[in-house]
Amino acid sequence: MAQTASIREAYGRTLVELGKRDPNIVVLDADLSKSTMTRYFAEQFPDRFFDCGLGEQNMVGIAAGLAASGKIPFASTFAVFVPGRTFDQLRMSVAQPGLNVKIVCTHGGISVGEDGASHHSIEDLGLACSLPGFSVVVPADAAETAQAVMVAASTPGPFYIRLCRPASDVVHPAECRFQLGVAELLRQGDDVTIIATGLMVPAALEAAAALAGEGVAGRVLNMSTLKPLDREAVAGAAAETGAIVTAEEHLLHGGLGSLVAQAVAETHPVPMAMVAIKDTYAKSASAGELFRHYGLTSTDIAQAVRSVLQRKAPRGR
Amino acid sequence: MAVRRLTVDVPDRGETSATPSSEEAASTEPPVHPAALIEKARAVRRHVIRMIGHVGSGHPGGSLSATDILVALYFAVLQHNPRDPHWPDRDRFILSKGHAAPALYAVLAEAGYFPVDELSTLRQWGSRLQGHTDVNRTPGVEMSAGSLGQGLSFSIGMALAARLDRSGYHIYTLLGDGECDEGQVWEAAMAASHFHLDNLTAIVDRNQLQLDGWTSRIMDLEPLADKWRAFGWHVLEVDGHNLARLLDAFRQAKGVSGRPAVIIARTIKGKGVSFMENNVDFHGRAPSRDELDKALRELA
Ligand SMILES: Cc1ncc(C[n+]2csc(CCOP(=O)(O)OP(=O)(O)O)c2C)c(N)n1
Ligand SMILES: [Mg+2]
Repeated sequence: MAQTASIREAYGRTLVELGKRDPNIVVLDADLSKSTMTRYFAEQFPDRFFDCGLGEQNMVGIAAGLAASGKIPFASTFAVFVPGRTFDQLRMSVAQPGLNVKIVCTHGGISVGEDGASHHSIEDLGLACSLPGFSVVVPADAAETAQAVMVAASTPGPFYIRLCRPASDVVHPAECRFQLGVAELLRQGDDVTIIATGLMVPAALEAAAALAGEGVAGRVLNMSTLKPLDREAVAGAAAETGAIVTAEEHLLHGGLGSLVAQAVAETHPVPMAMVAIKDTYAKSASAGELFRHYGLTSTDIAQAVRSVLQRKAPRGR
Repeated sequence: MAVRRLTVDVPDRGETSATPSSEEAASTEPPVHPAALIEKARAVRRHVIRMIGHVGSGHPGGSLSATDILVALYFAVLQHNPRDPHWPDRDRFILSKGHAAPALYAVLAEAGYFPVDELSTLRQWGSRLQGHTDVNRTPGVEMSAGSLGQGLSFSIGMALAARLDRSGYHIYTLLGDGECDEGQVWEAAMAASHFHLDNLTAIVDRNQLQLDGWTSRIMDLEPLADKWRAFGWHVLEVDGHNLARLLDAFRQAKGVSGRPAVIIARTIKGKGVSFMENNVDFHGRAPSRDELDKALRELA
């Protein structure tokens, strides 16, 4: 069994660190501080924590006002409520003025599990990536989460950081360095590149290891920044490996697959396959069962690799 | 007409209040306890605890606080037919606080919409009983919910349609008190009275707890009755665990004309299980094996 650590826990602890360093850090939540882990910050800095109750739209507006007044607001709830429910507030009050609002939402994707479709956040990345000026980040594990939150705090401009509910496999050493907009090479290979994000990163590594047994050398990129996308890394992967598979815990439309496909089409067209949720809402079940039923396992990634390799141009042309 | 209702012995009372816009639904008479409904409510609470305990996730607190309200509605107030869930003239019940789905499922099963045995499939792969209500999967469920604050608007749509169609059915909508933080609830509140919807009754499950803690501390709602009143609603306040008083309130609400009525039901989150009562920890946590046994003993 791989070692796991809680991404949400890492977020909560990092906020406290930030709060100690910078009195301008303020935190908002919408009646979910025990789930998003902003409660640690609330306990340490009650004067700089604002629970807005069940008022997500209001929360985003308040965060915008705080940012316009020189504060660095981190606003958190479930990923299904922000950006979804507050899209116009994000658009009008945050994105258009380009305010320094950091949205960090937990319970992204379908790994939420039993709560069901109402709580499965599968459109959020498409929504967030559509907002001009936003940086959009999906960390792969706890260490990267801590880093990404630190970087967001010190980088001017709006951010959407999407975290997941379950503890996730440890991909990075604690001292890893997250760089905004830079794809991270996790495994070298020349036959195909698997570009993954979030919980799909460990699955991609697993798939690459399995494929190695079949003589396929798979490169694995952790694309934790969806926006701005590392087009150079994508173009390089296309040119050097000739085939690309993307893997994400999101709808096929508007997420990592769409973004990578745009970059590939514009730079170096090669065959692609996308592992994602196919135009449907998921049902209630455990996260593991849902990943199997909606095709988000390492087996599904390996299968996508095999299919894309069949479409790949023969080597050494 | 195959309409399932338990007959209960509740004194019939007209509009007796002195102040037209607000009144205590309780009367000077001693509370009547319709025994059949009380037994139903116990059975529903047992189902709720078992279902959530079995699957290991779900929201016991808000399900238990809403149980008596749901039992009153489905066994003594609503005109409905479990054998014909789409009967056009049925009264509509909208569970806006979708996380109380286990209580609704238990009531629907007890009413005959689907087998009681099916309750044990809650939240599992392939089940018709999703974690939050899903209109396309569960017989008797009228609206998909789970993202709070949306049910009252939906109910207004139904109430307007009923008026356009000259249908006599009534729409009942259950809201959480924390849910009333949502701006959309107040947009809907304004619209419902603007449209003079007297075929609409909202019920607020006023258990004084939301997820992060007491509503008074997280987002103070008071004066809640005055707010609804100011938005043009006829307000009734009632003990949400006294079935006779609830029935009385529902009768009074239906009698209001020219505007919508809201019943603010004073409830206890986790009602019926001593260690869950007023315990915010059980908002969204399943009981352990031991806690399940203890709860079932208390509800025996
Ligand atoms: C729009 C929205 N925001 C947040 C949540 C998460 N959530 C689920 S229940 C809940 C608290 C609800 O409190 P209340 O309405 O008082 O429910 P009850 O006490 O009846 O369980 C929260 C914040 C949600 N389901 N929907
Ligand atoms: Mg409540």
